[in-house]
Amino acid sequence: MNMLKGRSLVSITDYSKDEIIQILDLAEEFEKNQRQKILDQYVIASLFFEPSTRTRLSFESAVQYLGGSIIGFASADTSSVKKGESLKDTILTVSCYSDLIVMRNPMDGSARYASEVSPVPIINAGDGVNQHPTQCLLDLYSIRKTQGSLENINIVMIGDLKYGRTVHSLVQALTLFGATFHFVSPESLKMPSSVKTWIKNAGLEYHQYSDIMDVMPIADILYMTRIQGERFPDPLEYEKVKNSYILNKQMLEGSKDNMRVLHPLPRVNEINEDVDDSPKAYYFQQAKNGVYVRQALIAAILDLK
Amino acid sequence: MDKKRKELQVSALRNGTVIDHIPSDKTFQVIKILNLEASENQIYFGTALESKKFGKKGIIKISGKYFADNEIKKIALVAPSATLIEIRDYEVTKKEKVQLPEFVENIVRCFNPKCVTNIQAVKTKFRVIEDHRGIMKLACRYCEKTMGKENIEFL
Repeated sequence: MNMLKGRSLVSITDYSKDEIIQILDLAEEFEKNQRQKILDQYVIASLFFEPSTRTRLSFESAVQYLGGSIIGFASADTSSVKKGESLKDTILTVSCYSDLIVMRNPMDGSARYASEVSPVPIINAGDGVNQHPTQCLLDLYSIRKTQGSLENINIVMIGDLKYGRTVHSLVQALTLFGATFHFVSPESLKMPSSVKTWIKNAGLEYHQYSDIMDVMPIADILYMTRIQGERFPDPLEYEKVKNSYILNKQMLEGSKDNMRVLHPLPRVNEINEDVDDSPKAYYFQQAKNGVYVRQALIAAILDLK
Repeated sequence: MDKKRKELQVSALRNGTVIDHIPSDKTFQVIKILNLEASENQIYFGTALESKKFGKKGIIKISGKYFADNEIKKIALVAPSATLIEIRDYEVTKKEKVQLPEFVENIVRCFNPKCVTNIQAVKTKFRVIEDHRGIMKLACRYCEKTMGKENIEFL
């Protein structure tokens, strides 16, 4: 029984552990055999109310590998939103033209709302600073693939842990699998207490550091994030911390053989380019995994697998 | 305190509702959220009254008025210790402590200005939860942010 049939994906917490595993297993199948024309005659709407390169192209690539068609827009400027149409009306209209809607929208909570009004399933491709569940699924896929399992890993999260939605969702998902969490960030960008409470409630441990090297020897996964200037009310504060968490190849010496570096991308300067040649750099493969995961998700929701 | 003096403090209602055991400093807020300022019913209220349970309490008596579910939920959010007493023809017909609801719908604004409920015509929905210290919070169904009492703004 496919429990994901016809269901929207708004937040990673909408999925149980078994449902997450279902998607990851299916993604593995697509990695082995990517070109399967099961989406022939299906139309997928891709509504990007704000620009996104990776996520949009990754979804569109997933649909094309499955042989489906895509309609939609890549920014609100070219849509009826500019004329003042409500989100509800846009969704109701587009649902007349498509079997599934992939949406990115700058309003927090817009994906949940869209899923309530839409007669076709919605996949949230990012709703403001709230959720980005497909990023989380591809992170989980990448961790499982590189570590052989999602159970009981030591994950180190580095950079902007306060505002980075990907790290919050990833913590929530990994608590289902029993991880130990290590957080490395400037004082002003520490993991919020709500996320730490989540970990405590799951009976798991977290540790906080200010120096990456303190935790390098035990890391299974180094999850790097970008520190974004626009998050800081005070530009001076940003200048102070912006270069504090930069990873270079030399720093990887002494790390475990199985350790891999992940990053949701885009990177700016937080991972030095000399890391790219290391066998421990995994961020581009991680982006590639995103296509398999999105293929799996679309196939599961439309009950084609 | 003798009986006579107590009667002076809280005069009897023929029909209506008494909201008792309000934390004293929340009395005016309860009046405000129920929009009692605009009411034409007779209203009596007191603050800083002595209470065995609370030390100081507030009380509001509204003649000829019984509260709807959504109004009672509002009272519970501001004054979870309050007791609601309904009176009909001088008799107490119902007396119960307000209950914190599990959900509140369309009575509180989300404090996140970027939440879809503040931008589009979407009814707000919150789950009433407790944080790890046992403090009440409201979790927005849409933007998933949680807000404390200090951020509650009624619609």
